[in-house]
Amino acid sequence: MLITKLKSREAIESLLGGTCFILNCHGCKELSFPVAEAEALEAELAAAGKVTGILTTDYVCNPENLQLRLEAHKNEIEEADAVLVLSCGVGVQTVAECFPEKKVLAGCDTYRLPGTQGVTPLEVDCGQCGECYLNLTGGICPITACSKSLLNGQCGGAKNGKCEVDPEMDCGWERIYRRLEALGRLDLLKVPTQLRNYSTDDEVYKQNG
Amino acid sequence: MKVTELFRQGEFVVTAEVGPPKGCHLEGVVEEAKEYLSGLSAVNVTDCQSSVMRVGSLATCKALKDAGLNPIYQLTCRDRNRIALQSDLLSAAAFGIDNVLCLTGDHTKLGDHPGAKPVFDLDSVSLLAAIRALEEGHDLAGNELVGEAPSFAKGAVVSPCSDSVDAQLAKMERKVLAGAEFFQTQAVYDTEKFLAFMEKAKQFDRPVQLGIVLLKSAGMATYMNKAVAGIHVPDEMIAELKADKEKTKAGITGVEIAARIIRACKPYCQGVHIMAMGWESKIPQLLELAGL
Repeated sequence: MLITKLKSREAIESLLGGTCFILNCHGCKELSFPVAEAEALEAELAAAGKVTGILTTDYVCNPENLQLRLEAHKNEIEEADAVLVLSCGVGVQTVAECFPEKKVLAGCDTYRLPGTQGVTPLEVDCGQCGECYLNLTGGICPITACSKSLLNGQCGGAKNGKCEVDPEMDCGWERIYRRLEALGRLDLLKVPTQLRNYSTDDEVYKQNG
Repeated sequence: MKVTELFRQGEFVVTAEVGPPKGCHLEGVVEEAKEYLSGLSAVNVTDCQSSVMRVGSLATCKALKDAGLNPIYQLTCRDRNRIALQSDLLSAAAFGIDNVLCLTGDHTKLGDHPGAKPVFDLDSVSLLAAIRALEEGHDLAGNELVGEAPSFAKGAVVSPCSDSVDAQLAKMERKVLAGAEFFQTQAVYDTEKFLAFMEKAKQFDRPVQLGIVLLKSAGMATYMNKAVAGIHVPDEMIAELKADKEKTKAGITGVEIAARIIRACKPYCQGVHIMAMGWESKIPQLLELAGL
């Protein structure tokens, strides 16, 4: 089970800059999605002339399904400066893999709830940490793609691009560096030092009873 | 004494590292450091190096300090969360230990307790940020400290010969932004790569100590090439180690190679950090050959 919550309006606006194509995932049954808040945000952005198109679908985490659905929106996506994804972290990462040279933004934070998880087995994983880092890392999750879940760059342990723990696994931060390089966003490596907040689960439990 | 003060005075800072024993007796490591390392600017003490459980870095630093040496407290994020790390930093300050080298640390799976929980609550960058917070008189959560704030010479590491040196430089910059005041490097065998790295690292305006690992044998070199991140021993050096077995066995070849690298790099860096890994007794000879 998981809960997605919209990031603050200020956070989303500061990420956006120009125009965007919006992708809503009403996804799996395990998901609690902020429908009303997302609709209000989208209406506001559309009124400001910032939206090139909106697609509301399910199972964004299924790459084949996603590609099919996006086919009809190709031009709208091309036209937009960014793709704003309102989904769990797996969905955002799947979209980022589809568009490695496009700005793909996470509009939500994903929180964990006890119980079963989604059903699509994938290479990408979401740690449901409650403070999505994907906007700082080119859509590759440092929590799940790095053996140490490091937030401030790679450790010195990678050899030939492979992780010190598992020689079969690519170094997550090496992948993040290459992705940011391709996106022209290496400046994101200079954001203030990131500290993980391990109490986010308490916050969401309190709010949801 | 803070090594940053020595850099400021223009000293070419020479340090070496010692590994605490797997046991509670510190006499051996202290005696060895007194015999071979007392002429150095400072002595690093490793923190459960390679994720192998040993006596603490902090206790060993205190014993070295009491014996008149200048310790650099190596602190990794593998085994302690932010509460324990900050607490240990205050303990270090209470003992008058004022040099800290901040590391993320090897993964627990690489060591002798592979089933242990890997902590990594902080990393090398946020550990530097934690020290800066303590120096400002509060902890990471913003709570005020009682009395005068501690003050450290804050060190960090970098890999000049890594296969992704651009990513290493980006991380180095992140460490500088978080407060790193000096750097010690991973072992260097390729002088040209090191000089190219130093050219790019100049922009950060922080002293850098060249890292040296003494080569004990051709086998060790081949192993490091295969398994150790950021290290590459060129084929010519491996051939040199193979050429005169007696010389290599006695440690002379490894010491000669290290001395040559130091001589070539000295004009371009601000110090040397020697990782002798049990060959501490060869350090005086190395320094003599390197002209230090």
